[in-house]
Amino acid sequence: MPIREDVLVVGGGIAGTTAALAAAETGAEVRLLSHKKSTLRQASGLIDVLGAVGGDGPIADPFEAIERLPDDHPYRVVGAESIHDGLRFFDDVAGDVYAGGHTDRNALVLTHGGTIKPTARYPESVAPGLASAAADTLLVGFAGLTDFDAPVAADHLAATGVPFEIDGVTVRFPIEFRDDARTTRLAKALDADEDRVRKRLTDAIDAAETDLDYDRVGFPAMLGDDHAAAVRDELADRLGAAVFEIPTGPPSLLGLQLEELLFDALDDAGVRISAGNPAVGYEAADGRLESVTVDRRGQAVPYHAAEVVLATGGLVGKGIDSDRESVTEPIFDCHVPHPSDRYAWSEDDAFGDHAFARFGVVPDDDLRPTDDAAEPHFENLRAAGGVLGGADVAREKSAAGVSLATGAYAGRRAGEEAT
Amino acid sequence: MSDAESPATTEPTDPTREHETDFDPVSVFDGDETMDLRPGADNCYKCSVCDTACPVAEVDDDFPGPKFQGPEQWRLKRKDGGEIDDSIMSCSNCMRCDDACPSGVPLSQMHNTARGEYVDEQMDKLSREYVRNRILANYGTLARLGSKVPRLTNLVMGNSLVQKINEKVLGIPSERDFPAFASQTFREWWHERGGANVENEDKRIAYFHGCYSNYNTPEVAKALVRVFESFGYEVVVPRQRCSGTPMFANGMLDDAERAAGVNVGEFSDLLEAGYDVVASCTSCSMSLRQEYPELFELSGIEEVAANTYEALEYLRIHEDVRGALDDASVDDQALAYHAPCHARNQGLDRQAVELFRDLDGVLIEDVGDSCSGISGTYGWKEEKYETSMKIGEEMFEHMRDATGEVGMTECPTCSMQMEHGTGYDIKHPLQLLEEALC
Repeated sequence: MPIREDVLVVGGGIAGTTAALAAAETGAEVRLLSHKKSTLRQASGLIDVLGAVGGDGPIADPFEAIERLPDDHPYRVVGAESIHDGLRFFDDVAGDVYAGGHTDRNALVLTHGGTIKPTARYPESVAPGLASAAADTLLVGFAGLTDFDAPVAADHLAATGVPFEIDGVTVRFPIEFRDDARTTRLAKALDADEDRVRKRLTDAIDAAETDLDYDRVGFPAMLGDDHAAAVRDELADRLGAAVFEIPTGPPSLLGLQLEELLFDALDDAGVRISAGNPAVGYEAADGRLESVTVDRRGQAVPYHAAEVVLATGGLVGKGIDSDRESVTEPIFDCHVPHPSDRYAWSEDDAFGDHAFARFGVVPDDDLRPTDDAAEPHFENLRAAGGVLGGADVAREKSAAGVSLATGAYAGRRAGEEAT
Repeated sequence: MSDAESPATTEPTDPTREHETDFDPVSVFDGDETMDLRPGADNCYKCSVCDTACPVAEVDDDFPGPKFQGPEQWRLKRKDGGEIDDSIMSCSNCMRCDDACPSGVPLSQMHNTARGEYVDEQMDKLSREYVRNRILANYGTLARLGSKVPRLTNLVMGNSLVQKINEKVLGIPSERDFPAFASQTFREWWHERGGANVENEDKRIAYFHGCYSNYNTPEVAKALVRVFESFGYEVVVPRQRCSGTPMFANGMLDDAERAAGVNVGEFSDLLEAGYDVVASCTSCSMSLRQEYPELFELSGIEEVAANTYEALEYLRIHEDVRGALDDASVDDQALAYHAPCHARNQGLDRQAVELFRDLDGVLIEDVGDSCSGISGTYGWKEEKYETSMKIGEEMFEHMRDATGEVGMTECPTCSMQMEHGTGYDIKHPLQLLEEALC
């Protein structure tokens, strides 16, 4: 028989990789399909579980707040146990590259927009910068890198009432690159200490104008790659202050690091990976999926599996599609409830309580997407992550947690059913 | 008149376009029918992830990267008198940016068209660079002549004086050894053999061997024939020309279209008789599947594109290769596998390791996801040689770290680079499959 596994996971983000790991743990043969390079390099690298409910936050303990979520929220479907399960997978994968596993409570991380974000796990390079530590803080941005304006971010943070003094300065990166130099290029220069760039950078910071007698210094997350710890240590040593990273937008080096951690773990678990082509359809008989059809540059190729996990993301990740008339799930055409009036999909307030943010498939209590009569579309299809409806992950700050919890649940159940 | 004359172009394929009122199509070249790239440019939201995937930008600080070469350059040249920036010639056409883009921007298509326009309109046709590129792009023609007297050609091309002259006169780096021509081409062997050994109306493939496995590594092409025949396939080897890959990469789109005309004509006839197109080189399959329909409008081109496969991919879809290998074994060997960028873009980068890691006698290691750096003709240019070797360094290092001292890859020029950087012999996956099954 051609391409066949016990479990096929469609999607290469946090939900998909977690589902694949959970399925592999049951002893199943697993293949993961990813359309493109993982979109994790668009992600901050933070692992949020739950930071706000109904617009109220920040939440100190996500587990306590779960019962305040609506009944159809994915967390309510899989329960706190699955969140713990998902975090256990993540902690195994991340090892000491991430911090935060010592507690169920949220940490408060500074963002490059000058806000404070409650999050459950964060890269260890971010750890010295937590807002809860009363340490006077200098933020350093680089001229030309428009994504992070350190003085503005510092002003914003000061206005939120952080328990420390904070100031921001902009310095020129000591080596002159093209005006639109990539963040990876700066990271590489620091990694290799090209032209003594580490020392020259700290000289530039020493010369920058600030009245603050700082205890720690925050940089946009581009402090090296293979030798990141050595870069931070040397900068800290020269500055006489702790050094930390602030997560950035794309291309995000912390997201890239997360992607590498997850995909290395898949390799270690023996998961087969096919990346580069989209899943576009399926073959089914008697209410069961027999295969998922992959469009390989024009050829429709069936990938057979006993159990399938749909982890293709939400509206942004293209797991949910929309046009002017309707909202759909494009691979299996699962039911996605939405108001027929398009103007009811969103609110005027950009950060408001948008209906579209909660669009997604409706799972039964075993995470199987259901049709408009609340019956599962297929016995052997489960959904995980952003494709599930009922959560406004941006507003709740729950994207990674929903993916981990539902990925762990769907993957484990798929593996159990298949083996 | 050449036998490669291209058929007349067809009408635009999307008849609904002209009825759309809010859509303002902009042609890339005045007065032609090349597809509109505006939606591609508009889809770019400047996340710059493509730039972080670009192997040239990784080592060359002056190279602006794919975001500039694609969407930004496209917009800039909309202005009157806007010229294509000459940095387009530093793009190696590895096409990794395509796979990195989360927003479906057809970056490599934009690069190919921009490069074609640059070469057509801005490049001096008498310059050494143009002449050299034209020669490199038409390697197939060169090889056809050279392989008529393979021993003499090998002797001459391997001569260090000739290599020096090549560098001085043509700008071909003397560090590189020309790949040796086989004493018998694959096609000569095929005809001597009397063609196919298997007839089968239900399972039949048309083999696109490309230039390299015909002139330089016929053992790869022979392996394909034997492996497919062992699975009961009828193989035909139609007349064919270069897939066009080196021509796209050098902006020689007219040359590429002529070659595509021959290939599409020959292979689309066979599709009707129930054949699928199978290639052993991942750049050839990439070209037929993606670049042909993106760049040319030829009758039958969509059908050829939609029915072309890489060899191992095809077998894995239609046959129980895993099962066949379960009962097989080969002499003990350790292999350092490198996935070519163009294999990566077709989603084929893991299949060799996935298949062979369970084969008795084989230890196979993936040497990582870096680019080999040669990118076809790119590393054959004096001014690009250093960049090419810098890009390749990560792969060389990982090859040296791997247990095996034999390399494995699907791409002919990656294999040249792997050999050049490590001195290892390089195998094609089909050769290992032949060892195991035939």
